[in-house]
Amino acid sequence: MDLRFRDVEPTAEERAAVDALLGPAPSAWEGGERAERDLRVAVGGHEARERRDLLLPALHAVNDRVGWISEGALDYICRRLTVPPAEAYGVATFYHLFSVKPRPASVTHVCTDLACQAKGANEVRRAVEERLGPPGISWQPSPCLGLCERAPAALTLRAGETPGAVVYAPASAENVPGDAGGEPEEAPAAAAVPQAGRDGLILLRRVGVVDPASIDDYRANGGYAALRRAFELGPAGVIREVLDSGLVGRGGAAFPTGRKWDATARQPDRPHYLVCNADESEPGTFKDRVVMEGDPYALIEAMTIAGYATGCERGYLYIRGEYPRATRRLEHAIATARARGLLGERVLGQDFSFDIEIRRGAGAYICGEETAIFNSIEGYRGEPRSKPPFPVEKGLFGKPTVVNNVETLVNVPVILTMGAEAYKAIGTGSSTGPKLFCVSGTVRRPGVYELPFGATLRDLLELAGGVPEGRTLRAVLLGGAAGSFVRADELDIPLTFEGTRAAGTTLGSGVVLVLDDGVELPRILLRIAEFFRDESCGQCVPCRVGTVRQEEALHRLSANGRSPADDITLLREVGRAMRDASICGLGQTAWNAVESAIDRLGVFAEPRGGAGDRD
Amino acid sequence: MGMKKKRAEHYERLTHPLIREDGVLRRATWDEALDKAAEGFRRNIERHGPESFGMMACARSTNELNYVAQKFTRVVVGNNNVDSCNRTCHAPSVAGLSAVFGSGGGTSSYAEVEHADLIVMWGSSAREAHPIFFQHVLKGIRNGARMIAVDPRRTSTAKWADLWLGLNVGTDIPLANAVAREIIHAGLANTTFIERATTGYEEFAAAVEPWTPEVAEQVTGVPADAIRELAHAYATADRAQLCWTLGITEHHNATENVRALINLSLLTGHVGRFGSGLSPLRGQNNVQGGGDMGAIPNRLPGFQDILDPEVRAKFEAAWGVRIKPYYGRNLTQMLEAMGDGTMTTAYVIGENPVQSEADSLHTIKRMSMLDHLVVQDIFLTKTAQMADVVLPAAAAWCESEGTFTNSERRVQRVRKALVPPGEARDDIEIICEIARRLGHDWRYESAEEVWNELRSLSPQHRGMSYERLEKLQGIQWPCPSEDSLEPSYLHGRLWDPDPAKRGMPAPFAALRHSPPVDTLDDEYPIRLTTGRRLDSYNTGVQSSGFNSPLRKGETLDLCPEDAAKLGVAPGELVKVTSRRASVIAPVNIDPGLRPGLAFMTFHFPDEVDTNSLTIEATCPIAGTAEYKATAIRVDKLVPAQVG
Repeated sequence: MDLRFRDVEPTAEERAAVDALLGPAPSAWEGGERAERDLRVAVGGHEARERRDLLLPALHAVNDRVGWISEGALDYICRRLTVPPAEAYGVATFYHLFSVKPRPASVTHVCTDLACQAKGANEVRRAVEERLGPPGISWQPSPCLGLCERAPAALTLRAGETPGAVVYAPASAENVPGDAGGEPEEAPAAAAVPQAGRDGLILLRRVGVVDPASIDDYRANGGYAALRRAFELGPAGVIREVLDSGLVGRGGAAFPTGRKWDATARQPDRPHYLVCNADESEPGTFKDRVVMEGDPYALIEAMTIAGYATGCERGYLYIRGEYPRATRRLEHAIATARARGLLGERVLGQDFSFDIEIRRGAGAYICGEETAIFNSIEGYRGEPRSKPPFPVEKGLFGKPTVVNNVETLVNVPVILTMGAEAYKAIGTGSSTGPKLFCVSGTVRRPGVYELPFGATLRDLLELAGGVPEGRTLRAVLLGGAAGSFVRADELDIPLTFEGTRAAGTTLGSGVVLVLDDGVELPRILLRIAEFFRDESCGQCVPCRVGTVRQEEALHRLSANGRSPADDITLLREVGRAMRDASICGLGQTAWNAVESAIDRLGVFAEPRGGAGDRD
Repeated sequence: MGMKKKRAEHYERLTHPLIREDGVLRRATWDEALDKAAEGFRRNIERHGPESFGMMACARSTNELNYVAQKFTRVVVGNNNVDSCNRTCHAPSVAGLSAVFGSGGGTSSYAEVEHADLIVMWGSSAREAHPIFFQHVLKGIRNGARMIAVDPRRTSTAKWADLWLGLNVGTDIPLANAVAREIIHAGLANTTFIERATTGYEEFAAAVEPWTPEVAEQVTGVPADAIRELAHAYATADRAQLCWTLGITEHHNATENVRALINLSLLTGHVGRFGSGLSPLRGQNNVQGGGDMGAIPNRLPGFQDILDPEVRAKFEAAWGVRIKPYYGRNLTQMLEAMGDGTMTTAYVIGENPVQSEADSLHTIKRMSMLDHLVVQDIFLTKTAQMADVVLPAAAAWCESEGTFTNSERRVQRVRKALVPPGEARDDIEIICEIARRLGHDWRYESAEEVWNELRSLSPQHRGMSYERLEKLQGIQWPCPSEDSLEPSYLHGRLWDPDPAKRGMPAPFAALRHSPPVDTLDDEYPIRLTTGRRLDSYNTGVQSSGFNSPLRKGETLDLCPEDAAKLGVAPGELVKVTSRRASVIAPVNIDPGLRPGLAFMTFHFPDEVDTNSLTIEATCPIAGTAEYKATAIRVDKLVPAQVG
């Protein structure tokens, strides 16, 4: 490998943090003391380069211990892993949660994203700035933290020997970090599920009912029955059940899960990998967090079944870095499952070995893209790959890979226990099964709701209590920043894939962000544009340039009252270029919400643009 | 005394002929210069006989130029004193390979490296010195090949390796012998191949027997377990490439070093098959072609032996002269002959021996004794500055028509894209002008005409018409027929079950260790080895005009331990002294070195004349000097008194 080190030494603490992950340095060439043998022999090559995927964990190790990644620490990590420092720098600076400049051990991330914006994030931001000074040192504004049901939210990450996290949700001018008032206790996961404990729930039935730390409690509530059923059916039988159930991906793309599994299982190239995409970063989405925090074993069991069906011996669970509690719960769940023989060699005594490794994201929306997640795990910048080849052919480490979102996976044990026929009977013909919705914004009872496909937006909003007393519903954003707005008079849209499509909108990841007449829509649009500009990985031109142009145009539109026609024309042109020519979904959808706000809600339109303007 | 800032000199193109008058070079017309060049040759040949003439041809110029240059020597002058800088690099590879296999080229093609299971880079930092070849190595590595680097330094090549073995300078034969012994003792020798295609195995096995890995560890410094690992990796690989460069050939026993590596390929059958082979990496774009064209003292065009009467008869019939039935002087011997007065005139085409030869002060002294020196070049090099006549030439790669032959024996067309600047002329045209003034009415209408003459005389090249070279984008030799192509690798015959088709068997060589000539002692305790860096090319004539962000000028590279012991800091100027000369250079710290081992390049001879330090201990077979092993002492410069 061409390695140009800067010859900066790590501190003892940084070295200890890396060594805790990788073990002590075996030779001088890998950053250890120079010994006689090092003058004559060096090993490395393929073996060294194959450890590249430990780069992100190593960066986390230093960041968790020290709070930031110094040049010396980066140099040492690179020596340990045979990675060119320039490349590692490119990776370290890709993620929001890392810093390559000195900063305090405690850093607070104040969410300024959509749901929090609708619930007074600006006051919190001002209060934090008053106490902690300008952003960038001990605090920074953050994209969605996935705490939308308790908006506005802030998260303090504290580096140290035992790194910690404090959640401020709801945060207020009185209750923000830097306060003398001490650290608040975080509400249990079940608090995010207003329906918790009710009969008839399927996916959420254990949240708030079982102890998420107890595998016995999980088993006492039906846990691991599905895995036993899977072994009875055999891998092909499991895939047939999943195919017959009509299950489609819940991450937004709605691809049939059974077909994905079948295609992966058939690949002759080995090994196969399973990746669970828990990088839930779409603004307004928090259902996967609630499932992972409230019913972690369900995900472990589901991943085990998926691994069994598709011929994987290893599953990677990629959790976003902003979810410390979910990470902790799953680490515990994996350890106990392993101790009980439910992970590892010969699961349940069967001729099937499977284990799960957690990989933490570090703050990058794009890593939820199904190929960017591979690059992130492999230790590269989380940039999406061109398709084809598709993940089922060449995915993680270039091997056949099945990637599923958390919600998709937790449907699988349900399908196996109730049977494909019974499952299929739930919902509509084209959208089968139960669905989780993340309701947030100006609504009385925000939270995760489970409804069978086919319920209308009105049903859901009624369940959530509607907008507060004295307010009027202005709009609902469906599908998050990548989704689109619907008007208050469109509440009869059925919440199915086909129903939303017919209405010219999308279900996306299940975001239902409610905005009443007190919310300034142009500000929300600006925030969406800022989000995409910030999260664009910069790899392809339409998205890199387009997201910037979009934000600039929206700034002009909200700043002056002048005729907006030129900027709207520009937005349409840029939007079309992004949609047609970006290589991944981020750029392709970056204009959706803004477009729908202009065309459907009539924002910026004097007079309002007719339907004929739409492209 | 202030040191000159380390900026490489930028050479300007030569645009008109120069002749020496009253001790200085002045501008001349072409007729003046050509007349004077021819007159000087005639004068010396008449006075001292044909043997007083020597030709140095250009390994960067075309095959056609090399063909015409050697023909000039053999036909117009009438001797075999023609050679090129291949003498300073790969002559031992050619000598070793041709002694074993009957031809001096690498046995594999680039593409085969990409399909090998194991690539051994022995004495080669191809990452820096052969970056294009290394791209093929990298493809091989990405395809899953393991790579093992054998080099005293942990070079940038070694950093890509799965295993690096840091041997002592000049202990390649002990290491190779120990690897061979381990292969034999582990029962991994390819007995089928040995019986079928080799001779001398018994003597060879007996010669390597004392070299247990433990004994070799004492001599080479490489831990015994690493030696075993190399042996097993090489013997058990299905396809293994053994590549080497000047770490093997720039030694006083270089041809034996080459034979030591060839032994390993014979022992394991890693030759004559797709993906398995021996690859000496050539440095000049046409150093392979120069030799192929007969611009060497012992071979006629097509690598045909001068001592073979049938071969000579063919050329004598074609050229209408008698060819001297003995080998001519190689570059090293020419320099010696200049020193003892038996060579009094030289025609140097595109070579800069004054700065590229070992012990450069000695070289300058010898060349200054010449009565008549003609230099034909694109730049006014240090050698040209000593000339009596300087002839401005066209640059081969962009201002001439012709062909080049690369390291994988592939002949490729090169085309004229630019008009030469000023009055500069095509090399072949210049040689013909001089030939005509010496009574030979040579006229070649085109490079293709030269090439077709070569094809009529060289069976290896017979099938390579310009048209076909163009159509196939290059053809590898041998190519005897216009209708077919040979395999990409050489010596497949050795695997033929039919002894008649198998041809001459390949002999093993029983080799003894011969340590470097320039021995270390208390006065000269540090071993200096020399090499190249990625951003510069040889003496810098062709690379120094271009900026590089990597280039830091000449440095004396020391390991951190030695630098600490000497109390010197990076950038500090020190005096480097060998038994021949002293130079002053700044220190650079390289942890890839170890105590007692130092490194320099010779890219910046105008600032630091590294080759004034090196020893002119040459390989008796190939004539290559031991650039890789010099004994030096490093002294801290006493800082000047202030006030």
